[in-house]
Amino acid sequence: MRAMVYRGPYKVRVEDKAPPPIEHPNDAIVRVTLGAICGSDLHLYHGMMPDTRVGMTFGHEFIGVVEQVGSSVQSLKPGDRVMVPFNIFCGTCYFCARGLYSNCHNVNPNATAVGGIYGYSHTCGGYDGGQAELVRVPFADVGPTVIPDWMDDEDAVMLTDACPTGYFGAQLGDIVEGDVVVVFGAGPVGLFAAKSAWLMGAGRVVVIDHLEYRLEKARTFAHAETFNFTEYDDIVVHLKKVTDHLGADVVIDAVGAEADGSFLQHVTTAKLKLQGGSPVALNWAIDSVRKGGTVSVVGAYGPLFSAVKFGDALNKGLTLRMNQCPVKRQWPRLFEHVRNGYLKPRDLVTHRIPLEHIAEGYHIFSSKLDGCIKPLVVPDGY
Amino acid sequence: MPYTAEKPPPARTSEELRATIPGWGVDLDPRDRPSVPREQPSTHLTGAHWDFPERQPEKWPRERSVEHKFLTPVFGTATPPRGLSGGIRKAAYRYSEGRTAHWLLLVLADRVDAQESHLRSFLTLRPDNPITQTGVLSELRHHPIRSRFGVKRTDLVHQSLDPVVVAGPWVLAGAAVYVVGRRVLRSLRGLMR
Ligand SMILES: NC(=O)c1ccc[n+]([C@@H]2O[C@H](COP(=O)([O-])OP(=O)(O)OC[C@H]3O[C@@H](n4cnc5c(N)ncnc54)[C@H](O)[C@@H]3O)[C@@H](O)[C@H]2O)c1
Ligand SMILES: [Zn+2]
Ligand SMILES: [Zn+2]
Repeated sequence: MRAMVYRGPYKVRVEDKAPPPIEHPNDAIVRVTLGAICGSDLHLYHGMMPDTRVGMTFGHEFIGVVEQVGSSVQSLKPGDRVMVPFNIFCGTCYFCARGLYSNCHNVNPNATAVGGIYGYSHTCGGYDGGQAELVRVPFADVGPTVIPDWMDDEDAVMLTDACPTGYFGAQLGDIVEGDVVVVFGAGPVGLFAAKSAWLMGAGRVVVIDHLEYRLEKARTFAHAETFNFTEYDDIVVHLKKVTDHLGADVVIDAVGAEADGSFLQHVTTAKLKLQGGSPVALNWAIDSVRKGGTVSVVGAYGPLFSAVKFGDALNKGLTLRMNQCPVKRQWPRLFEHVRNGYLKPRDLVTHRIPLEHIAEGYHIFSSKLDGCIKPLVVPDGY
Repeated sequence: MPYTAEKPPPARTSEELRATIPGWGVDLDPRDRPSVPREQPSTHLTGAHWDFPERQPEKWPRERSVEHKFLTPVFGTATPPRGLSGGIRKAAYRYSEGRTAHWLLLVLADRVDAQESHLRSFLTLRPDNPITQTGVLSELRHHPIRSRFGVKRTDLVHQSLDPVVVAGPWVLAGAAVYVVGRRVLRSLRGLMR
């Protein structure tokens, strides 16, 4: 089969790879019909996630058709069209039993702190991902869902990660009616977070980024006020000024490990790999939220330490909430919202890249060329 | 104003927002949102029909965190450790996730893996090609100038370092070969004299 393969930082290619076998009775093999590149993949692509091995296939956002099922699979059969949450989870461990699907303890031997994620380094379990023609889907009775007839394929693939994660980011903010919500990052995750904040009754939604074309999307897609942080001497002071010097009630970090805004922080992290993540956006979040407010973190950070301003978080009495999104728990409500037209996930898709040209897709997305917000990956023949 | 007790008046009332933003307030009740409460019994919902999953066969000694009691019943089988980087990875897994050594050794192994794999690729019919693999050729058709200039993006400063990350190790390796080679030649000449 054809599959994207990592060749070292900033380098990927498409190779012929042996098709994945059934390794466990509850496995399914899925033929991918549509995939995507996520902002998280950029952390791998830039070589920032420890234990990312040359030869690995990335991709944790994909939908497809069931090709083959293991002997114990009951709920799926070959030919079913399925969408697959980016989390791999068993359904019965201590954590899954309590709904913490993204924190499953039975799927990742490499780390106890992280659950299992498709195509996301060995630190997340060492599974090959869905930027390929075929992919192994463990716990086929637990993770995937048959795509409802009415759902568009592009909406479905956006619902495997970006959309639920953005919604989850807003939810972790525990927004109440009238809250002032600030979102750092106008990538797909931040844009969905901003849009979802309104559904939860926010009184004001502000999005911060430095990419003007993405801020434009924040205004049209997410009805948000926007500020380009490069236009201000100090974005924190500016946010204080526009919130009556109170600060925001809720701040969402939808940027993560590769935050820009400080050359030093960025280079020590993304280029030299000396920190788990550049904490620029997270520190701005801590500084611009009001005392007693909530900071929600869905931007991803590596397992190494980062220089986070913890003292301010303590002195301000903040609530910090964060997790990988438990995608399947979000689905029933989000399916309703997509059906009712409150959320239109596919509106963020800007590029459709053939799998054979995925190296170019990574470059365009990573270098933010050509107005790129969300690139989908289309295997040959679809 | 934080200096007095009252909350600043909202810019727009809930009624105005409901009228202008599609779906405003449909998830108003914080208790009626997905994944709330954070922990809730859910085994009956997951579709799992086991208490503990069957075990996937272990085809090579699978590296695992020392914080785990045993190898998890299901695990990824991509890219087993190999070469020098594989040795470093195995060493890294002797330390818990709480130890910096664990992560720094893995980061080191990643860098070694990249160099080893490049060298190995020259022994194959498909050597690494930095031009096609970095996808830079896409620049031509995707507005490299308009995307970068006349806009206020801040990432260009470090984007210019990207080629250094890609080519840097080769330049360093080349320099090292040159320096060492010259030393060896000199000492050989010294011996011959
Ligand atoms: N928790 C989860 O379950 C989960 C799931 C998906 C993605 N993520 C993470 O969410 C983050 C965003 O994902 P994405 O797909 O939207 O990525 P993306 O790269 O498209 O978006 C990130 C955005 O942040 C902007 N940015 C950079 N520095 C900033 C700063 N200091 N302040 C404000 N904005 C800044 C960038 O310009 C970019 O637009 C990533 O870290 C990703 O790994 C987490
Ligand atoms: Zn993702
Ligand atoms: Zn589990």
